[in-house]
Amino acid sequence: MRLDELPLRRAATIADIDWAVLTPGEARRLREFGFDAGVPIEAMHVGPFGRDPIACRVGRMTIALRRAMASAIRVDTAA
Amino acid sequence: MTPLVAVVGNPNAGKSALFNALTGARQKVGNYPGVTVERKSGRLALADGRPAELVDLPGTYSLDPVSPDEAVTRDVLFGRQAGERLPSALLVVVDASNLDNHLRFTLQLIALGLPVVIALNMIDMAERDGLIVDPQALSRELGVPVIPTVAVRKRGVEELRDALGLLVGISGATPIRGGSPPEHDITVLQRRARQIAVAATRQESFTRRWTHVADNVALHPIFGPILLATILFVMFQAVFAWSEAPIGWIEQLFVRMQDAINAGLPPGFLRSLLSDGIVAGVGSVLVFLPQILILFFFILVLEASGYMVRAAFMMDRLMAGVGLSGRAFIPLLSSFACAIPGIMATRTIDDPKDRLTTILIAPLMTCSARLPVYAVIIAAFIPPREIAPGIGLQGLVLFGLYVVGVVGAMVAALVFRRTIARGANGGFMMELPKYQMPNWRDIAIGLSQRAWIFLRRAGTIIMGATVLLWALLSFPQAPQGVSQVRYSVAGRIADSLAVVLRPIGFNHEMSLAIIPAMAAREVAVSSLATVYSIEGGDDVQTERSLVGRLQGRWSLPTALAFLMWFVFAPQCLSTIAVIRRETNGWRWPLFALGYLFGLAYVAAGLTFWAATALGL
Repeated sequence: MRLDELPLRRAATIADIDWAVLTPGEARRLREFGFDAGVPIEAMHVGPFGRDPIACRVGRMTIALRRAMASAIRVDTAA
Repeated sequence: MTPLVAVVGNPNAGKSALFNALTGARQKVGNYPGVTVERKSGRLALADGRPAELVDLPGTYSLDPVSPDEAVTRDVLFGRQAGERLPSALLVVVDASNLDNHLRFTLQLIALGLPVVIALNMIDMAERDGLIVDPQALSRELGVPVIPTVAVRKRGVEELRDALGLLVGISGATPIRGGSPPEHDITVLQRRARQIAVAATRQESFTRRWTHVADNVALHPIFGPILLATILFVMFQAVFAWSEAPIGWIEQLFVRMQDAINAGLPPGFLRSLLSDGIVAGVGSVLVFLPQILILFFFILVLEASGYMVRAAFMMDRLMAGVGLSGRAFIPLLSSFACAIPGIMATRTIDDPKDRLTTILIAPLMTCSARLPVYAVIIAAFIPPREIAPGIGLQGLVLFGLYVVGVVGAMVAALVFRRTIARGANGGFMMELPKYQMPNWRDIAIGLSQRAWIFLRRAGTIIMGATVLLWALLSFPQAPQGVSQVRYSVAGRIADSLAVVLRPIGFNHEMSLAIIPAMAAREVAVSSLATVYSIEGGDDVQTERSLVGRLQGRWSLPTALAFLMWFVFAPQCLSTIAVIRRETNGWRWPLFALGYLFGLAYVAAGLTFWAATALGL
């Protein structure tokens, strides 16, 4: 499942990230925010217009990112 | 030379609060040469009594800068920043409840090889969130001293002073080992940081309950936008409602000063210069200090509480509609106070085209310097009647002027993103920090710095412009029976300008007033006051009498055209100068001047002709 398809408040972990579709700057920022395979992630809130952007909890931080970027992140939901 | 200690850390680590706690209110705010990045520094007495200079570096997530702010932080740490010496020690601030992320940057900083002490900040909030961190264990893992602190309560401040005293000056500035940290891969560093965080954490039952509860309301799809609109409404309402009384006091003060001058000096040159020029001119601008402070108060509180980022989050999609990102919301909102800090705040926008577009449209946000102009013209020409319970016509017109500015800005952004700043939409990625009670001392320090900047402007640019205008208006002395204003140097300049401005309904006095108002918009009010004061020939004049004077002389279409002119016209030298510095050249400030004056001319002309045709 992709991060932009993940229902709100469903515990998941990052499976992998398609770094190739991101610009180098975006990729670096994502890494700086702690996005990495195996890290727990949970979608918390969505923006009021077009359900965009998505605010998700990654580790101990809450990070907002646009749907377009979230679609590059594959997640596994906990069984 | 006193040793330099740099305060470094991630955004939202509480860096500035700790800086304030260590230095108190005695801070120096300046600029790094060549860039508009603010340099905030203060004095710190070390434990052994030696002085040190503490400098607050812009917050950043790593040593790979994405914005000009972050580039300064890196360059200072590498000893490459012009106008800054290499720090003798680093004070690294980390948020105790966000160790995994902040320790990654800390590892990079330690690897630089400078003496480091770590402030384990907001330790109280971490404990409240169910997180117990062991400073000794953390210190063992990292190999540098770790001091638990609560910046807002000044906890740990003495211990930091002691630790810095031991670090600074033992070996002088330690040379840097190599240009960049040995381990450069962020993901590898991040994993190590996570291990260290786990090793130093004794108990973990992490919840950030308060922030989650608050976000469920603040970011709710329906209540969130309503709350944002309410906050903005209250903010603009307060700018007017709370300022009434203090404005009255300031007006009184200046009337008394004029009376004292008129009583104490014989009529003539000096009395006219002091009373008509300086006191009337500067006084008519200083009355707006309360409104500016109220606006900045709200913006500072919204930023310090963590709400501003939520507003950016909610607005992102709408901003994307005109090719911008939610990040542009904060600079644009600040521009309602003043475009200068607004344009400076665009430094946090990583995408260069987003940033350029935001800089170019920021002057269209109705800044507080327009309020004096709007307030005087509205008071003179719009009747104070209620068109619905609680909604006055005057307030509605004022609101309309704000809306015209915002709509103009959105249309301009849309056009720019398809022409001069064409390119792929930049992304939007932001940390939503935890909510915090703003620290009132920090807010007070921020406000006093803003007030000082405004007062300095009033004392220099605005006073200079009014005195110059007074001189141009007073010489040469007109013969009997000839209007002094027409006969003066300024009058003759205005005559030639009037050729261009008459078609859009501007009279001679307005042409006169907008020349010195190039320095700053509010000068238009002081200029009109001075023009009509010299023309009227009497010495007693206040804001209220300026309103009276305008009523008799301007038609309603003319007044409306004047308002529309000020929605668009880039009458602010400081803004132009800031655009030049931020864009590194004359190209964009000249472009901004051209497009904004063009819009102002067309909008004022259309308003004048439409109003005339409607028989207003």
